[in-house]
Amino acid sequence: MTVLSGKGGTGKTTITASFADLAKNAVIADCDVDAPDLHMLLHPQVLETQEFKGPKLAVIDKAMCTECGLCRESCKFDAVDEGLQIDPFSCEGCGVCVVVCPVNAITLTERISGHAYVSRTEYGSMAHALLSPGEANSGKLVTLVRQNAKTLAERDNSDLIIIDGPPGVGCPLIASVTGVDAGLIVTEPTKSGIHDFERALRLLRHFNVPPFICVNMYDINEDNAGKIVSFCGENNIEVVGMMPFNPVVTEAMVNGKTILEYAPESDVAKEIASMWKKILSVF
Amino acid sequence: MNKKAIIAVASGKGGTGKTTVAVNMALSIENVQLLDCDVEEPNAHVLLQPKIYETKPVYILNPSVSEELCDLCGKCADFCKYNAIFVGPEKVLVFRELCLGCCGCAIVCPKKAISEEERRIGTIKKGLAGGLELVYGELDVGEPMAVPVIRGVKKQIKSDKNMILDSPPGTSCPVIETVKGSNYCILVTEPTPFGLHDLKITVQVLEGMKIPFGVVINRAGIGDKKVYEYCEKKSIPVLLEIPFQRRIAEFYSNGVPFISEMPEWKEKFRLLFNAIKERVSE
Repeated sequence: MTVLSGKGGTGKTTITASFADLAKNAVIADCDVDAPDLHMLLHPQVLETQEFKGPKLAVIDKAMCTECGLCRESCKFDAVDEGLQIDPFSCEGCGVCVVVCPVNAITLTERISGHAYVSRTEYGSMAHALLSPGEANSGKLVTLVRQNAKTLAERDNSDLIIIDGPPGVGCPLIASVTGVDAGLIVTEPTKSGIHDFERALRLLRHFNVPPFICVNMYDINEDNAGKIVSFCGENNIEVVGMMPFNPVVTEAMVNGKTILEYAPESDVAKEIASMWKKILSVF
Repeated sequence: MNKKAIIAVASGKGGTGKTTVAVNMALSIENVQLLDCDVEEPNAHVLLQPKIYETKPVYILNPSVSEELCDLCGKCADFCKYNAIFVGPEKVLVFRELCLGCCGCAIVCPKKAISEEERRIGTIKKGLAGGLELVYGELDVGEPMAVPVIRGVKKQIKSDKNMILDSPPGTSCPVIETVKGSNYCILVTEPTPFGLHDLKITVQVLEGMKIPFGVVINRAGIGDKKVYEYCEKKSIPVLLEIPFQRRIAEFYSNGVPFISEMPEWKEKFRLLFNAIKERVSE
């Protein structure tokens, strides 16, 4: 199951961490590889680190270059500047410049774009990663994290993988939801939250992933929360949780704990536990 | 020198208030164009409700292989770094979602059997909210590649105006594409461990790109003091603090830019903008 949201900051990681706590023996995967936060609540002990090779980088040998500019003209990513320098942030490693260069002055070199980790936590095994700042191809790193999670699940004899997804609906999210059995969309009762929730829902439908919905901080705007609930009712989508706003969520985060550990008697902790039960009953 | 300010608003962590800062600042100043580059989940238009006067599609180029000319030599598939082309025993298959549109396959094909075909992946919309000009992009749901749509948004930049660019969350390619070419970046964070962690990653990106930046702390009062300590240690200016107030959260939830209800903030955003403008004109 993937926890997603469309809009960022709606509470994906808070909820995923608590699910990890409740599930026992699930494998946890943090697929928000460019801004991962789950490790700050689950404190994984890293057992294995893998280098992630992203797209290659074009390098121009200035001694051979005749400054004809064909590379610059052919590059669809505007990665070659006026001074015929390659901008590493823009280069996608496609290799077009290599084939158009009449004097073979350009080569593609490998670059390490991040690292994937296989870890152990108090709650179960965890697969996670960190993309190097500013690197491309996070979708491919997400795929590597998911492969690692699958291997861990087979090893641990676990039949559940809980994925903390990235915000948005683009390549890293698509890589986080394809082929999963369910998606939990965590939304908030704001106009922006609703707008993004609708897009996230369309994305799940596009990839045939059954959706569950959780409205977080519903009491910030109960009218809007009501609209989300009735929309879901009309469309036969199960709303599994309505979480109130509670500053204890931030306090738990500051203390590096899941909400279930930090404030097990709080209204939010109880709601997460009830949500988990509902989801399990469907599975 | 009266250089135009090109200000990107980024964050690392999602939901910290990028759009709130970008929209409220844009509404507080004159002669500005707002570009919402969060094409996966654009929200500025939700707050601004602009009147859209132009909509245009964004295309990327995908290969189209002529079965008549193709002799199945496989050079295209060998070239493609993204495994977007598969040459079978009888036919060439193109996996469009994997294609970045580099057009290399057409260049290496010895039979000239490959032409480039446009495929729509999103839309650019231009609108007016009062006097404020908004441009935003929308990635079609199911399409993975945000960057070409962001490029499409940035092509609408008017050089005679100041510019505010609302960035997507994260620290990878869509963020790079947004902040590239700006002369200042505002990093919006919240004073929590997640906010700080993702802020640090974004700071590394901006240092690598050599773009000057400062921090706006949103929801000030929640969490802890570590973001402040980090900024002080790194000599990063804290440009503005927006307190956590239920009122502000409620305005946002109703899609209302809070300066329209709390006009005292207009001046704060104007001062913030002027300070940045001065900094970029130096």
